[in-house]
Amino acid sequence: MSTDEKQQTTPTHVDGEWVDPGLPYHRPRRADVDPKAAKRAERQVAVLFGISILGTIASIAVYFAQDQTEEVASIRLVNGLLGASLFLAMIGIGIGAIHWARTLMRDHEMIEERHPMRSSDEGRAGAIQNLKDGAEDSGLTTSRRTLLKGSLITAVAIAPLAVLVPQIGNMGGDWNVSQFRHTMWKKGTRLARDPDGTPIKASDVTIGSVFHVIPEGLNELEHGKLEEKAKAIVLLIRMDPAALNLQPGKEDWSFDGIIAYSKVCTHVGCPVALYEQQTHHLLCPCHQSTFDVANGAKVIFGPAKRPLPQLPIAVDDEGYIVAQSDFHEPVGPSYWDRLKGTTPEPTAAASNEGADA
Amino acid sequence: MATKVEAAASGTANWLDERTSIGSFVKYFARKLFPDHWSFMLGEIALYSFLVLLITGIFLTAFFVPSMDVVTYHGTFETMHGVTMSKAFESTLVTSFQVPGGLLVRQMHHWSALLFTAAIVTHMARIFFTGAFRKPREINWLVGFTLMILSLAAGFTGYSLPDDVLSGNGLRIIDGVVKSIPIIGTYISYWLFGGEFPGEALIPRMFTAHILLVPGLILGLVAVHLFLVFLHKHTQYPGGARTDRNVVGLPLFPVYMAKAGGFFFVVFGVVALVAGFFTINPVWNYGPYDPSPVSAGTQPDWYILFVDGALRLMPGWIGGHPFEWVIAGYTLSWNILIPALILPGLFFGFLALYPWLEAWATGDRGERHVLDRPRNVPVRTGLGVALISFYVVLVIEGSNDIVAMLFHLSLNDITKTNRIAIFALPIISFLITRRICFGLQRKDRELVLHGHETGRIVRHEHGEYIEVHEPLSDQELWLRVSFDDVAPLQLEPEFNDRGVRRKGYKWDRFKARLSRFYYEQRIQPVTPAEYEEARHAHH
Repeated sequence: MSTDEKQQTTPTHVDGEWVDPGLPYHRPRRADVDPKAAKRAERQVAVLFGISILGTIASIAVYFAQDQTEEVASIRLVNGLLGASLFLAMIGIGIGAIHWARTLMRDHEMIEERHPMRSSDEGRAGAIQNLKDGAEDSGLTTSRRTLLKGSLITAVAIAPLAVLVPQIGNMGGDWNVSQFRHTMWKKGTRLARDPDGTPIKASDVTIGSVFHVIPEGLNELEHGKLEEKAKAIVLLIRMDPAALNLQPGKEDWSFDGIIAYSKVCTHVGCPVALYEQQTHHLLCPCHQSTFDVANGAKVIFGPAKRPLPQLPIAVDDEGYIVAQSDFHEPVGPSYWDRLKGTTPEPTAAASNEGADA
Repeated sequence: MATKVEAAASGTANWLDERTSIGSFVKYFARKLFPDHWSFMLGEIALYSFLVLLITGIFLTAFFVPSMDVVTYHGTFETMHGVTMSKAFESTLVTSFQVPGGLLVRQMHHWSALLFTAAIVTHMARIFFTGAFRKPREINWLVGFTLMILSLAAGFTGYSLPDDVLSGNGLRIIDGVVKSIPIIGTYISYWLFGGEFPGEALIPRMFTAHILLVPGLILGLVAVHLFLVFLHKHTQYPGGARTDRNVVGLPLFPVYMAKAGGFFFVVFGVVALVAGFFTINPVWNYGPYDPSPVSAGTQPDWYILFVDGALRLMPGWIGGHPFEWVIAGYTLSWNILIPALILPGLFFGFLALYPWLEAWATGDRGERHVLDRPRNVPVRTGLGVALISFYVVLVIEGSNDIVAMLFHLSLNDITKTNRIAIFALPIISFLITRRICFGLQRKDRELVLHGHETGRIVRHEHGEYIEVHEPLSDQELWLRVSFDDVAPLQLEPEFNDRGVRRKGYKWDRFKARLSRFYYEQRIQPVTPAEYEEARHAHH
């Protein structure tokens, strides 16, 4: 760096103040002093632009050459060829222009003065005068016009409501947020395999196995299938009954080690899809909330606070696993009034029904 | 021949000028000077990737169907045959597999979205570390900040449009976050989704936001951003002849027309190349949205990772203490509110208001057009690195399952470590960075006072060996001595002579404390007197 610069000719400081040395010494480029180098640079730029032209032609050629009925496997090739030719079409122009600027365009730094952002004093005075005049003309400055001012401000302030209220009001569907509290599950609904919807027999569920479950009849819904599925998905797990600690009040919610929990994470609602057979842990892959299946699915790690809601199940006369009722609490993430409002109460009669099959 | 062309050109110019006074504009703009530095390119990358987004986005709108109506797939991609999916997902498959060049444009669109957000963040870091946000550019900092937020909105709404299982789970997380908002959360969720999640309204609504609302706002603000750059004239790095009252550089026409204009084609070309050879967001592997399946290692796009990381980091319980409270029967989920809303709010709030914070500490009222070398403002540089380290911890936590797999670590240990790192690392990074800045400043002083080491050893007549030091060139010297030495603000006494308490004392005291934090420990530039003294000591 130091070799590029002029020998110090000006003093570095005067009267205890450092002195600005001014613009650095401008080192001429090869093309500035050697006409041959300039000619060469010119040719290089032209070649680069030429590459761009070839790239454009190539990309159009690839577009027409490709067989549109071809199978998916060839898409990778076409994609690569189109990408590469588009790259050449663009990069040729880009590098060409930059190379031109760097080698052939004059590169002497120049200095331009800045002006402070602040307007001049006359400018400001004029602005204030104009505003005063305008206010005067409008009559707003006279004190008895407060009614005018007040009504104008109020009118303008509330006018957007005329648009916003219907707009926002229409956007929330039926606004029936209590739908969060209920799912499709009700007494006697069979637990069915996700996604094909075939019901599950208790005898199908071996110890250590896990079933992804939807309510029977979900696939036949005409409307709101995804909305119902988003709430009703369940994990059905069979553990060694000796290892399963039944929760107080829920002793008859499971059947011979078969236990069902909501698959919707109580954190922010991802499907809790990963079951670790050895530890009986359920893991949510989104944020890694970990639930202990053997102990009422209570949280043992991660950001969730509440256990996964348990679906009370039983076995019907034909040996299929059925729900005893809906969940006894809203499934999924917490919200402000989730503990308010009605949720079905467990009844002794409901909870034993069908369990003898 | 030439004269004919000239006559035609001047005729056109005259016609246009008489109707628009474009002459004055051209006079003003054509030879406007811009300083040269590689770091000024970062904002250009952001602008150009946005242009690539617009160009490729227009192509995509011709084929994308923003509808959640259910169809059964019968296209050319055989693994999806007979699968029920939304029209949005189907049209994404059609664009990818049946529209010639569609896959390339889709991938270019996604890659340039990633580049857009990355360039904005890097550009913002450059502005931060060089102090380019100082007066008169505070408003433009806010405009840029808003553009950054809008780029996240643009990215997220676009990412969710194909209605695949990965982005659908992302939307479900958003729904969960929204529901945690006290009192109105469930209603906001209904407002967004048009009823219960997922509903049938979201994709069309997000489509409008993604192709009209958000890009419209971005375009408008980009115009304001660039207008203010022209109005303020570009900042410049310190050096000979560069002051706060001038701008030193090369003219817009032709140098930056060629360089910056050419750079657009470079960005375009590189995005095309990457999109040609690197698959991104292969939604055909994920499948259409279904609320039940989810894959391990689910990652959002990089710019959302920090929020996801915060959600993973926050424990639901610490010891026996839950972070979800029930007060009078109402549920308050701190385990969601803190990481997803409060923390990003504080983080972004701090960033947005930073120029004012520093102005209070500095008490500087002048316009600043010469950039700081980061070492010369150690506290700012330290704070910047602390913020980055905070962000990086969240990003790592957002990929903790990937990290665990790659390095064979326990997922839970990574999260536990990050729970400590999120508090400790920013403080440690701040202290270390500030220390490094002081070290670099001392090195600068050393260079100014004693010059470059040459490695030449000379023996004096009387037997003493010395190494010859070569004095700095005037440019090297000026760079190291010309920065502002900011002293901490002095606090005026609380009471005046008559014992009356001064108005605004508390505010002044806050500013004085802030100023002490910033400038109490500082390395001052070498003064000419010190320089002379050192020179005489040598000779």
